[in-house]
Amino acid sequence: MSFDLALILDSIPKMLWGIGLTLELLFVSGALGLALAIVLLIMRISGRWYLSAPTMAYIYIFRGTPILVQIFIIYHGLPQFEFIKDSIFWPILREPYGCAILALTLNTGAYVSEILRGGVLGVDRGLKEAGAALGLSTTDRFIYITSPIAIRLALPAYSNDVISLMKSTALVSTITLLDMMGIARTIVAETYAPYEIFISLMVIYLIITWGIQRTFGWIEKRMSRHVRSEA
Amino acid sequence: MSYRDQANIIQLENVDKFFGEFQALKNITLSVKKGERIVVCGPSGSGKSTLIRCINRLEEHNSGKIVVNGHELTSDVKDIDAVRSEVGMVFQSFNLFPHLTIVKNLMLAPRLVRKSSKSEAYDIAMQYLERVKIPEQADKYPSQLSGGQQQRVAIARALCMNPLVMLFDEPTSALDPEMISEVLDVMTDLAEEGMTMIVVTHEMGFARKVADLVVFMDQGEIVESNPPGEFFDNPTNERTKLFLSQILTH
Repeated sequence: MSFDLALILDSIPKMLWGIGLTLELLFVSGALGLALAIVLLIMRISGRWYLSAPTMAYIYIFRGTPILVQIFIIYHGLPQFEFIKDSIFWPILREPYGCAILALTLNTGAYVSEILRGGVLGVDRGLKEAGAALGLSTTDRFIYITSPIAIRLALPAYSNDVISLMKSTALVSTITLLDMMGIARTIVAETYAPYEIFISLMVIYLIITWGIQRTFGWIEKRMSRHVRSEA
Repeated sequence: MSYRDQANIIQLENVDKFFGEFQALKNITLSVKKGERIVVCGPSGSGKSTLIRCINRLEEHNSGKIVVNGHELTSDVKDIDAVRSEVGMVFQSFNLFPHLTIVKNLMLAPRLVRKSSKSEAYDIAMQYLERVKIPEQADKYPSQLSGGQQQRVAIARALCMNPLVMLFDEPTSALDPEMISEVLDVMTDLAEEGMTMIVVTHEMGFARKVADLVVFMDQGEIVESNPPGEFFDNPTNERTKLFLSQILTH
């Protein structure tokens, strides 16, 4: 087997045309997913069963099924309902891009809310009691004591999920979107050179992952400065 | 001593507290007047910590009555945060907020609860850091301080709310021996300035020097409560005698 170096050099720039879409999917659904995760978390730890029970069901469904199935259901399944076609969301759900963002957001939101919950549970009870003893309201305790500490605790697991989400964006190529994976599949269909193309693609994904890891490493270091002792 | 004749700041009447089947407090009645210093001692598991944790409702009592500064603590007390802001508490494990600098630890509650301005809160914080003699640590994080320093910061943090009464839950039990006296010194100063205090501690020297009343608890009950002279020199109850012999022989 021989590698066609010229083909690799030729196809990498083509695949990089899709990096914009890959990163856009990552940032948009990452941000929306984080917002969703926070809402889910607050419902989950509210102590009210009518808020926490639906949240647990939601998380179970979205963590318990393949994201590819979720993408297919949203893209192929939803248009079968007339009321969805009549709704104000149709302009978004009509487009594969909208479906991809929705599926990735709903999926990552479920995971991230559990990651954040882990962080919240990890906060020392004594610190919350100290806040209570000072007369801080429940809300103030959550915002000023629990959250900053929980975020620091959740960060390593969260960075893992961001990498996961980045890799999941490749699945949108199955619903006609031309992200890097979509372009790669098109090139492979034309050249019958899967090794060269997909290995080049892997390298691009690895570079993005490296960037994500470095970014979170930097954030972690900044947020841990209070842990480092000068003594 | 005239103001000590005023009404009780804290009043507990027939208080019971259960943890599941286990009864942690049995029929506790205790009153604390303004300016009074009470030391609570007893073997571990005797309910000392539970007792003071009920006073700011970190634990909810099951029956009986607790009145703090005129507010009865009940399950529907709306202003529990207001009551807590009048009751300072110092914990065994300091519980400083690790993500905030020392001065920000002190400024947090005045800012959020008292709605002080940033500069007001800063001035109050620095004033109390001076009082516990560590203003130079203001911009460090808790993990950079020794245990004794952290506990003094915790005392200053509670004082920033200008509380009517201070609760101390074994404030020196987590400290290395050489750091205990710096914390007890701060507490003694506070007592001499007339602060109302309830202190759970095994430091019998502190109790003898500072307390108006020493309360001995065992198995959730107040077994004996007397002024320190009488408590240490003429204990009446057998359990008190046993406890004192164990704790004072070394």
